[in-house]
Parts: sequence; C-alpha cells; structure tokens
Amino acid sequence: MAALDETQLREGVDRETVETVQSMAGTYKHGWETEIEMEFAPKGLNEDIVRLISEKNNEPEWLLEWRLAAYRRWLTMESPDWAMLDIPMIDYQEQYYYAKPKSMVEKPKSLDEVDPKLLETYAKLGIPLKEQAILAGVEGAGEERKVAVDAVFDSVSVGTTFKKELAAAGVIFCSISEAVQDHPELVKKYLGTVVPQNDNYFAALNSAVFSDGSFVYIPKGVRCPMELSTYFRINAENTGQFERTLIVAEKGSYVSYLEGCTAPKRDENQLHAAVVEIVVLEDAEVKYSTVQNWFPGDENGKGGIYNFVTKRADCREDRAKCMWTQVETGSAITWKYPSCILRGDDSQGEFYSIAIANNWQQADTGTKMVHLGRNTRSRIVSKGISAGHAQNTYRGLVSMHPKAKDSRNYTQCDSLLIGDQCGAHTVPYIEVRNASSRVEHEATTSKVDDDQLFYCRQRGMDEEEAVALVVNGFCKEVLQELPMEFAMEAQALVAISLEGSVG
Amino acid sequence: MLEINNLHCELEDDTEVKILKGLSLTVKPGEVHAIMGPNGSGKSTLSYVLSGRDGYEVTEGSATLEGEDLLDMEPEERAAAGLFLAFQYPVEIPGVGNMTFLRTAVNAQRKARGEEELSAGEFLKIIRAKAKELQIEPEMLKRPVNVGFSGGEKKRNEILQMAMLEPKMCILDETDSGLDVDAMKLVSDGVNALRASDRAFLVITHYQRLLNHIKPDVVHIMSEGRIIKSGGPELALEVEENGYGDLLAEANA
Ligand SMILES: Nc1ncnc2c1ncn2[C@@H]1O[C@H](COP(=O)(O)OP(=O)(O)O)[C@@H](O)[C@H]1O
Ligand SMILES: [Mg+2]
Repeated sequence: MAALDETQLREGVDRETVETVQSMAGTYKHGWETEIEMEFAPKGLNEDIVRLISEKNNEPEWLLEWRLAAYRRWLTMESPDWAMLDIPMIDYQEQYYYAKPKSMVEKPKSLDEVDPKLLETYAKLGIPLKEQAILAGVEGAGEERKVAVDAVFDSVSVGTTFKKELAAAGVIFCSISEAVQDHPELVKKYLGTVVPQNDNYFAALNSAVFSDGSFVYIPKGVRCPMELSTYFRINAENTGQFERTLIVAEKGSYVSYLEGCTAPKRDENQLHAAVVEIVVLEDAEVKYSTVQNWFPGDENGKGGIYNFVTKRADCREDRAKCMWTQVETGSAITWKYPSCILRGDDSQGEFYSIAIANNWQQADTGTKMVHLGRNTRSRIVSKGISAGHAQNTYRGLVSMHPKAKDSRNYTQCDSLLIGDQCGAHTVPYIEVRNASSRVEHEATTSKVDDDQLFYCRQRGMDEEEAVALVVNGFCKEVLQELPMEFAMEAQALVAISLEGSVG
Repeated sequence: MLEINNLHCELEDDTEVKILKGLSLTVKPGEVHAIMGPNGSGKSTLSYVLSGRDGYEVTEGSATLEGEDLLDMEPEERAAAGLFLAFQYPVEIPGVGNMTFLRTAVNAQRKARGEEELSAGEFLKIIRAKAKELQIEPEMLKRPVNVGFSGGEKKRNEILQMAMLEPKMCILDETDSGLDVDAMKLVSDGVNALRASDRAFLVITHYQRLLNHIKPDVVHIMSEGRIIKSGGPELALEVEENGYGDLLAEANA
C-alpha cells in the first residue's frame, strides 16, 4: 500500500492534492493572524535598535560589535537594482525590527510552558510541535518518519522538538539565539564565513538586525537520525523578519533540512530578509529543501511579502555535497539565489527549483555555482511557471575558475506560460576559465497546451484540475527530489497558487 | 441515446469556414453506428463539437445525450454525463503518469456524479485487470501519458481509458488508423467487450476492415459536413469495393 502511494505521488497530482485544493477554494490558506500580545522594539532602525536587539538576546560583546559593523556597512550600501524586478521604495524607518510574543519575554523552559495560542497557531499550520505529533498521514515506505521542528514566530523561536533524541546523536538543533548562549565558540567560528556581512545590501541588513533563526550542528560521521525542519511565520503587522540560519556539517556527516514559510494576509507589504549559511566539510552532505508560501498579495497585486534572501552553501572540503531544492509559490517579490561554492576537490552542488508566479507576483530567482576545486560537479534544474500578469526570471551563474580542472555543469531551465499576459525570462551567466571544464545549458519555453487541457477535460477533470495536473507533470523532476511530506504539500501548493489562472 | 439534429458549425476564428452543414443522426442504446467518409468531410470536427472542444461555433441545430442538451455543457460535464471520445491523435502529457491521469479522471467523474471515489487499492485492482485484457504492460501504466508510446500503444491506451471510465456513449475517431492486424484485433476485442444494451458507439473510420471486427448496426456515409447516405453493414462493403466516388455523385445528382 505504501509503495503504491509512493509511486502515485511521484507521478503527478494525486487525490489528496485535489481534495486539499478544493477544500481551500481559491483563498490563501494561511492568511489568518493570531491575536497575541506582542512586545515591540520602537519602529525604525538605528544603532540603538541594533544594541537593543543584541541586549534582548543577551549577546556577547563580539556579536554586538559584529552587528554594528554590519549596520554601518549597510548605511553605505544601495539596494540592488540589477534584477528584473520592480521594487517599490521601502521605508526602513517604518518597520519594526523586533517583535516578540509577550509570553516569550521570559523564555519558556519547555514546550509545555509555551503560550497555547502559539502552539495553536502552529497546529493550524499543520506543524506538529508536540513530540507525539509525528507527521501524520504520510506513508514513507511503511515506516513512520520523524521530523524535528524549530518554529520561528515573528522574530523569535518558540520551540524545538525532539531535542533529547537529537542530543543523543550529538546533533545540535536549536534557535540561533540559544546557540549563541550555549555554543558560542561554534557560532563565532562559522557565523558570516559563508555570507560575509557586506555580501549584499539585504545580507548586511540581516547581519545587523537578525533576531533569531535556526542553528544546526552535525558532528563528525553522524547521519542525522531525522529530518530537521524550521517553520517561519510572520504574524505581527509592519514587522520585518530577519532570521539567520547556520548549518554546519562536520566531516562525513549528513542532514536533510526542511524550511517552510507562511504569513497572514495584509494590505501592506512585509519585508523578509533572511540569510542562510551552510558549511559542508569533507565527505559531508546537506540537503536543504524549502517550500516558500509567503502571502503573495491579492489578485490586484495589493500586499504580500518582499522576500529578499541570501542562501549559500560552502562545500569547503573535498567531496562535500550540497543540494538545494526549492518550491517558491508565495511572496509579492522574490529575490533569491541559493548558491554553492564548490571549494573542495570533487565537491558537488545541485539546485532544483520550482518558481511559480501568478497574478502580479515578481520572481527573480536562480542559483550560483562557483567551481573552485578540481573535478567539481553541479547540476541545475529550474522550472519556472508564470500566470496572470506575473514576471518570472531565472538568473543563474556558473563559474569555472582556473583551478577547477575537469569540472562539469549541467543546467536545464524550463519555463511554462499560462495565458498571454505573463512573462518568463532566462538570464544565464557562464564563465569558464579553464580548458578542461564543460558547461551545458538547455532552456525551453512552452505554453500550457490547449489540447492537453481539452484532453484532460474530456476525461472529466475540470479546468483547474487539468492545469494542476499538467503543471505538476512539468515540475516532476523537481518534485521528486523533495522529501515525501514536502512533496505532498508542494503539489497542493502548485495547484492552489495557480487558481484563477485559466478561463 | 445520442440525438443530433440539423447541426451546423463554423470555425470560431474564421466564420467563412463552415464545416458541419446540417448533420442529423440518432443512435439508440445498444447500437453501434459507423461513420465513413473522405478526408476533410468533418468527421473529427463532429466528434470535437459533441465533446466541447474550443474553436468551433455551433450556428444551428442541436445535440442531446439521453435528452440532455450537450452543447450547453462544459467538456467535463459532458464526460461525467457519459460521453467519451477516443482521440484520433491522443495527446501527450509529460511528467504525468498514465495511472495518475486515469485515477484523477475516474475520481473526477465519480465526484461529479455524486459517487464515492475509488480508493487507490480498488483502482489498482481494476486497472491491472483491464490492462491485462488489452495486453498493456504494467510498465506502460507508469509511463507519462502517451509520451513515447507507439501508435498502437496510444490507441490501446485510449481503449483502456474507455474501459475504466465506463461511458454510455463512446465516440471512436479513427481508432483503427496506424494499427497492425494484431493491434486491430486487440482494440476491437476491447470495444466488443464493452458492448452492452445501455451503451452505444459511434465508430468513425476510414476503412471497412475495422467493421469486420466491430459489427455495426448502421453505417453512415459523410461528405462535406452532412450524412449523405445511411444503410446496413453492406454499405461499408460497397465503399470498400467502389470507393466514395459513386456515392458522392449519387448524392450530388
Ligand atoms: N481548427 C481548424 N482550423 C482550420 N480548419 C479546420 C479546423 N478544424 C477542421 N478544419 C477543416 O474542416 C474540414 C474537416 O476537418 P475534419 O473534421 O478534421 O475532417 P475529417 O476528420 O473528416 O478528415 C477540413 O477541411 C479541415 O481542414
Ligand atoms: Mg479526422
């Protein structure tokens, strides 16, 4: 039975997807807000706010200095404008940079002490914070699968599950603010070593004001016993979310990490500028999967999240491997290029992406594969889907440095258009600076074919079911790279985010 | 079952192009009707207009299925009402498994009719049995819909879909074209197995040989958007022997 569900899941849309879609009937599913009393820092951004955030988190002096250095750098930088995005002016003084549920001011010692309203919020999102709530309903080849969850609510981590089991394996999985307290030497050693403070405008901003995020450390030779997952939710109004994730995989270790995101529906735009840093050492492997479902704005383009994210993995030693898989369906504007620095010899980077833009969404996303070591390999599979008035750009850099002898890249970049008001753009940058490396790039653009839709409808599917089926088929190569429970969610999302795109 | 009365249609994009020009036809439950006619006479167009494909404008006439106005329904509503079209050119859907496609279709129809959906297990049992009858390899069920299928595989796959959906009114558009003798036999056996007193068939074909396997009750000759002659199976043999020439001349006389 389990095997059957697996096959069918991997083939395209299944019954559950369609049911989920129908039950959601055209509205953004996570668009409610939770009424919880919040403690805010004053609006606006200046050195005092940076100090306050640092103080609230009880940080050591070096980290405060690090933040201040980032802030000062940020003041000298300009918002990037090279992406194919129309970004309205953002007033950084009109945002709150710190919001914390009041019940969290005194940090709860265990999940039992967490405000039940918060737990309810996560339950509504379908996230099992309680340890007994093992992700239900998904058969993974007959055995139940455990997923440890760290949930971040506005700026603050509200709890991490399965701590004991992880600790037994030597795995550290906690919020980054806890890591600063409990493992300062690790944080100090790795923070900012993959994405430097001054890497770009949004990374500098994040470095100055990040309030929380997740920290993962997998010791030498350890295969993390379960999948690790972080769910981010922006709840409070006018609040920017600046989380920072740091993952360190020691020699010969393995971890699969999942990240999910939602936010309530609001008329105002909300800013999300995260940084994810991954350090992969010799023979280690990290899989990082994202299902991003921030509120995309309504059908007239009002509201929605601005998602300006810097994600980068440093395959620092030989045979290190990192794989990014992302399903980007939400956000009004997405600016995001999860990248791999292939520094070690024989290291490998992979990037699998589905980016869906509907209505007035704008997405400029892709990856950078920087080959520095010998015999390094990278593979990029990007599926962009545009509908409504949306603009969807794939921007990818493949760079083969002089020492990266005998390296290979394969890039496949497919765009699918639904309707004739939307756009798809492919912007590949390729630099090859040695004679023995090879780069292959394939790109296609197609439209959802009327004959396909008619064929599906003649067999009894309605138009939206038909579109979802065809699009899920188009995305299959990426969907099948996702961990099972995410694949289900992603299929449902693909369908939901395309609602109203036909007819 | 199916009642078509004085049907006229033209192309939506070019209203100068009139394709159906007053076509009338009645198919009763349990009957098999064959439509034969030269290329371009409008046979496929008839099947598309009945099943609701975009691009055609009906300017006059009516078509009903069990008394319900077909032309007023969305394509999926016609399907749920029991109309099935085996396509002359089955469409490829990359990345979508054949089985997933069919299960989605079967359950969509069941849902539209207010019936309970089939569980994955029940579905699998039924489809395996039916696939076996049509000598469709289990591996073909997993492949993406029609992608890389041979001509014969595509046509057998259409019949498999028909068998799974159990429609009331089946239209087969040149299901025999491109089939070798063995495949033709398989497809015909598949169709014959579905013959029932509450089901009817409209078999569009170019050649008489299919009708040796699927015995029609009535044969219609179509030309320039109209039925110009109807008769028994002997009419098909006449076409086989003499071509359409005489019949067309007779009609124009
Ligand atoms: N979508 C279309 N666009 C242009 N011409 C069409 C279209 N559909 C049908 N026709 C024309 O209508 C006539 C009938 O076509 P068709 O129904 O395919 O005939 P048959 O199936 O009998 O060979 C042909 O002349 C064909 O060119
Ligand atoms: Mg034809």
